[in-house]
Amino acid sequence: MLLFIFLPIISVVTQSLHIEHEQVFVEVENCDFFGCKKSTMVDVEATAAIKAEKPLGRFVGLENYFNRSHFASSELAQAWRTTDSFGEFYDQVYNLPLYRAIIFTLVYTFTVTPLLIILGFIIAIAVNSLHQRLKGLVIFFSLLPMIVTPLIGSLILFWMIDSRGIIGSFLQQFFNDPDLSLKASTPLMWITLMVYGVWHSAPFAFVIFYAGLQTLPQDTLESAMIDGASRWERIRYVVIPHIAPLVTFVALIQLMDNFRVLEPIVGFNASAHATSLSSNILNDLGGESQLFASAATTSVITILGVVVLLSPVLYRTWRDWDRKV
Amino acid sequence: MTSSVVENKSFSLRFISTLFIAFWLMIAAFPFFWTFWGSFKVELDFFSKENWTNAITGVRTLSTHGEAFTGAGYEGAWVQEEFWKAVINTALVCLFVVCTSLTIGTLGAYALSRSGFRYAFWLLIIALIFRAMPPITLVAGYLLPFFEWGLWGKLSTTIVVLVAINQPFTLWMLHSFFQKIPKELDESAMVDGCTNFQAFRYVILPVMWPGVITTGLFSFLLAYNDFVVTALLLSKENQTMVPKIAGFLGTTQTEGNVMFAVAAVVSATFPLFVLVMFFQRQIVSGLTAGAVKG
Repeated sequence: MLLFIFLPIISVVTQSLHIEHEQVFVEVENCDFFGCKKSTMVDVEATAAIKAEKPLGRFVGLENYFNRSHFASSELAQAWRTTDSFGEFYDQVYNLPLYRAIIFTLVYTFTVTPLLIILGFIIAIAVNSLHQRLKGLVIFFSLLPMIVTPLIGSLILFWMIDSRGIIGSFLQQFFNDPDLSLKASTPLMWITLMVYGVWHSAPFAFVIFYAGLQTLPQDTLESAMIDGASRWERIRYVVIPHIAPLVTFVALIQLMDNFRVLEPIVGFNASAHATSLSSNILNDLGGESQLFASAATTSVITILGVVVLLSPVLYRTWRDWDRKV
Repeated sequence: MTSSVVENKSFSLRFISTLFIAFWLMIAAFPFFWTFWGSFKVELDFFSKENWTNAITGVRTLSTHGEAFTGAGYEGAWVQEEFWKAVINTALVCLFVVCTSLTIGTLGAYALSRSGFRYAFWLLIIALIFRAMPPITLVAGYLLPFFEWGLWGKLSTTIVVLVAINQPFTLWMLHSFFQKIPKELDESAMVDGCTNFQAFRYVILPVMWPGVITTGLFSFLLAYNDFVVTALLLSKENQTMVPKIAGFLGTTQTEGNVMFAVAAVVSATFPLFVLVMFFQRQIVSGLTAGAVKG
């Protein structure tokens, strides 16, 4: 197990310090009736030979981290110097792939997570007051968006929001705009992705909260009623404190899950409008020329991001555990 | 006891909450029914420019195939695009991932839960870190060595990687199930003359079945739903369902191919549907077991 967890991380770090070999060029003289021309060609054999000798590529140190497709320090400095307003600066930064991905990933994570917690909580409260027989059925259908493969779920929605699909054409009629297309504009695509994110993860929050509601102390609830607490006050002062630890748990899990958002971007075919850190890696790995070094660099940055995101939680778990033992 | 609290609900509140549930059900379930229904139509109906009701009545389907429903999408996907191969591959991957991770998981978790050392904390931390790490960052690390060693593209490699990614989670989940079983149970079995392994096999395992099934379900879901590992580590002939469907998307330009993808998506969703239907209680208990413990 350790082998498969730590070796890849080491491998990623090493790879990120290297870069692909430069191709070996040779000058070839082509002679025909009109005279001789010199042209440069890629010497395929020599390039392959170098590749076979050192598959990792050249060692470049931290250069990968600061080139244009990652932290882009020089571009950033230049943008800072040449632009006057913050808006302009933002525009320039947004054109750099890594920052674009980071901005989307963070916006996505911190919008979707609270929304899905709220939605899941409301569903749980509503389902809890339902008739016993209906509950099973409702839970069954509620689980579907979560259980279904993320890629498949996003595809299903993607076909529905197509301008010729049912939701797409409904929106067109609703706004009376025949050219309206969710796929064409960046803000709309972002909203769509986030709606998908909430749709996909709300059931998880719902199930957890629903289980929490089952263990709600009835005595406290009844005494609150006797003391004259209204329905809303009972939810605010009895129910919410009771499930507060679960909220932390759901928030933690969902922060982690949303941070690695990838499948919806592939499924919605949205890479032109939104890229996340994970989709950047996939792009680097999946293309014709597999850019291992670039992918590895983004991976290391992502891992660091996860560590930063998790560090308060890890610290707290550590402290709690120490107290318990 | 609950009824005393529920009964004095005002009518309007009940109405609103029922309405909300209906609304949520529609959001949650409607896309699946719509796609299922649409998968039996031709593309011009499912993506209708003229009138969205075409997708329900199937006007074009009627004029093309003579009936309002057609299996052409399924035929194209399963026969022409050889989706059945992907289905077999998926079945193989899922079967082996579930079996391997359960075998390692039950034995490992049993040992951990009986050893009493502070393993459990580190296990939790590793499971947590692994849960947080986007699998694609790890795949990026696997790829180059696998290319070099000629392991890339094989089903067995993918299975090993999936098991490894899955293992901390499986261990953690089974560990929390094992802790619920009192130590006295295997002690009394050993007093009766069982060896350590016999105690595990004949006394603990039968009690553990619900936990094993729940954990197995989750490792199945992980293997089944995985996109990143299977898409990047498998060669084209060995693809499982999800990357195969992603592959369909690249060729959507030609007419009819979209319907292949729709049909394939419906086919891939169906097993999950059945799974949720039969194992709903286990899935819910598994999700909440993690919550209560974590």
